[in-house]
Amino acid sequence: MSDLALKIKAGRDVPAGEIEVLTFEIGGETFALEAAIVREILDLLPETIVPGSRPFVNAVINFRGKVIPLADIRVAMGMPTAATTIDSRIVVVELDLDGVPSLIGLRTDRVNEVTTLSKANGEPPPRVGLKWPAQFIECLIQREGAFIIFPNLKAIFASKGKSSQPS
Amino acid sequence: MSTPDPADIFRIEAAELLEQMEQGLLDLEHRLDDRTLVDAVFRALHTLKGSGAMFGFDRLAAFTHHCETAFDRVRKGVADATPDLVSAVLDARDHMRALVEDPSGDHADEERYLLERLQAAVSGAPTSPVATIIEAPKPAIPDAPTTWHIRFGLPENTFVNGTNPLSFLDELRDMGECRVVLDRSALPPLEKLDPTALYFTWDVTLTTSKSRADIEDVFLFVMDDMTLTIEEVTDGESVVSVPPPVAGPDAAPAAPPVSEAPTERQAADASSRPVAEVADPKLRRKVESVRVPAERLDELMDRVGELVIVQSRLQQIAASGADIALRTVSEEMERLCSELRVTMMVLRMVPVATLFDRYRRLVHDLQRDTGKKIELSTDGESTEMDKTVIERLADPLVHLVRNSADHGLEPTEERIAAGKSETGSIRLSARQTGGEVIISVTDDGRGIDRARVRAKAETAGLIQPGATIPDQELLQLIFQPGFSTASSVTNLSGRGVGMDVVKKAIESLHGSIDIASRPGEGSTVSLRIPLTLAIIDGLLVRVGEGHYVIPLPAVEECIEISQEEDLRSRGRAFLSLRDALVPFIRLRELFATGTKPDLYQKMVVVSTGEERVGLIVDQIIGHHQTVIKSMSKLHDDVTTFSGATILGDGSVALILDVANLVSLGQEQEARLRAIA
Repeated sequence: MSDLALKIKAGRDVPAGEIEVLTFEIGGETFALEAAIVREILDLLPETIVPGSRPFVNAVINFRGKVIPLADIRVAMGMPTAATTIDSRIVVVELDLDGVPSLIGLRTDRVNEVTTLSKANGEPPPRVGLKWPAQFIECLIQREGAFIIFPNLKAIFASKGKSSQPS
Repeated sequence: MSTPDPADIFRIEAAELLEQMEQGLLDLEHRLDDRTLVDAVFRALHTLKGSGAMFGFDRLAAFTHHCETAFDRVRKGVADATPDLVSAVLDARDHMRALVEDPSGDHADEERYLLERLQAAVSGAPTSPVATIIEAPKPAIPDAPTTWHIRFGLPENTFVNGTNPLSFLDELRDMGECRVVLDRSALPPLEKLDPTALYFTWDVTLTTSKSRADIEDVFLFVMDDMTLTIEEVTDGESVVSVPPPVAGPDAAPAAPPVSEAPTERQAADASSRPVAEVADPKLRRKVESVRVPAERLDELMDRVGELVIVQSRLQQIAASGADIALRTVSEEMERLCSELRVTMMVLRMVPVATLFDRYRRLVHDLQRDTGKKIELSTDGESTEMDKTVIERLADPLVHLVRNSADHGLEPTEERIAAGKSETGSIRLSARQTGGEVIISVTDDGRGIDRARVRAKAETAGLIQPGATIPDQELLQLIFQPGFSTASSVTNLSGRGVGMDVVKKAIESLHGSIDIASRPGEGSTVSLRIPLTLAIIDGLLVRVGEGHYVIPLPAVEECIEISQEEDLRSRGRAFLSLRDALVPFIRLRELFATGTKPDLYQKMVVVSTGEERVGLIVDQIIGHHQTVIKSMSKLHDDVTTFSGATILGDGSVALILDVANLVSLGQEQEARLRAIA
């Protein structure tokens, strides 16, 4: 994974209108996050459950001596649970939460690649026919006939954690 | 790493100088004729002026210069040190601080007022003969002018410090007729010459009516590093046959002894002792210290924490194999790590004295504002605490000291009528017990009026009218927001803000407050504060499959619950423990572990001051040095835990928030009582 991390850190010349992203899979869907906020990709680590926390951030992990929360987009989106596999990874991202830069781990089923996507192809989430809560999705980008989901992490983390069921 | 802003460096230096000045002035207030204190204050003023000008704080330099001029009259014995003067200089000091913080603000009127006060304070005719004030060698002005030989050399790096040797020459010239001869014998050949270094030595023949001490004063601030001889010249001596320079404690290479000088002459003339020797020893004492930003210490602390974790993993690997060499290395690592951790802890500790010193000024001002005579005494200043904790205690203690001065201590007449000494006493003390430091503020005033507290609490709806509540709880009511028993709002207190701020601040430090008060005899407010925020002693327990840490200072006892007791206690939430009922919480249920309870459940009794609660756990693992890590914002809604820590195997354990659990237990108990 370290070569991937290096690639992210080094950055590449990105043509105008395109963004560099890290794509990964959760529950058979492809998600993407801006590579700039990704800090590291980790193999699975021992998790510590935090009783009484919101279901989608129910654990913490030891990330290089720091205790960081482990968030599960799957739970937030109300997707069915699945067992971890040999490909499961934790993607550590850095986000600004109420003005405090915070590291957060995201559970993923597998990490694909660092690539560039054109924001011009992005579409807002459709109002109907979507399996997931629309407010948690920033946009969908079409590529090679499939949709890549851009989750709205801030909206997810600000939510009360009650995963709304697909209508 | 970026170079720090020079102005910031100056601000830090100025803060220290202002602090020294303040302490010196406050001491001076009690010992008005102590020359060393006068000198210390003067030095601080002078250094502040010099550094201020160097770093471009011109307003500050100008203002300080006037203060220095005024204060110089005291130093020279022309004027007396009086309480008025001390108070005027203290106010001027506050103004200097304002100038350091905001050099551009408009302060002209204030400056004029302060300087007029200062002038008034020093220009009053001396009330006692000059000679009685001065103990240092400061003879009355000699009748006839004397001729002096002055030879001085400065270290090569003089310019780096911003010292200009010409200014000394100018000052000497101001004293009288002056002849200056430059000794450039130490000047190296051109190829070896460093243009930023100083190689010269000066020989000055000065005819002046000033005394030797006055001449020494010219060099007061460079004395430590320079070479200086001052000799009285008798007739017929020429400038060339000057005595050799006498090296100060830090002889500088720029001033090598002049070979042709007669050495025996030096020995003969005892009066030409190097001046540095007679200088204030404080000036010369050099404590080697390094200033490090607190966040770098925190970073280091984090690294040490990580190292400890890695080390315990190494230890596990070594213990599981048969490699003797690996085991030796691992043991060595363990020893080093624990030493490193202890050193790291010590690095962050500072004595409480740095905190207590700040309140002397506060009490000085409070005396003026309240018209009461107050004496502040301190005790246990050498007790050490984590620097962060000390910083965060500063404000709460201000409130407590103010409260004591304003509410606790009676006006002088009342004290005399009550048969007490005229001067009220406020005592700050610190002592360490186990992992806690107890800081208390004690006054010998009238004590807390419980009837008034009760009346006020009833009006505010905090307690039911006529309700019986324990004494400690009643006293604790003064920490409720908006609570104040002062009938009139004064400048100091009585607005009902403050005491609840104290409580919040102490709680954020994981500390607690105890109050003791006897009517007519005074009150004591004790703050119990954990030694450090970074590492605590914890009790590691297991609940289901999870590990949790309970802060050890809160633990009162651990007991095993027999199966019968366990069964009997089902359906209720308190156990009798030595005839007292203790509410308890089954952590397994609270955390919904979904596991079967261990056969023998254990109860850990924790308390916050008076209230206690039992926590039922599956297993007590033992003592654990806990490096506290804060929880993420995403877990702000979880109040059961105050933080997390990393265990030896790299896994995370959560730290229980005892205060929260105790109130949870009390609520639960109240609810069950209500049902019954």
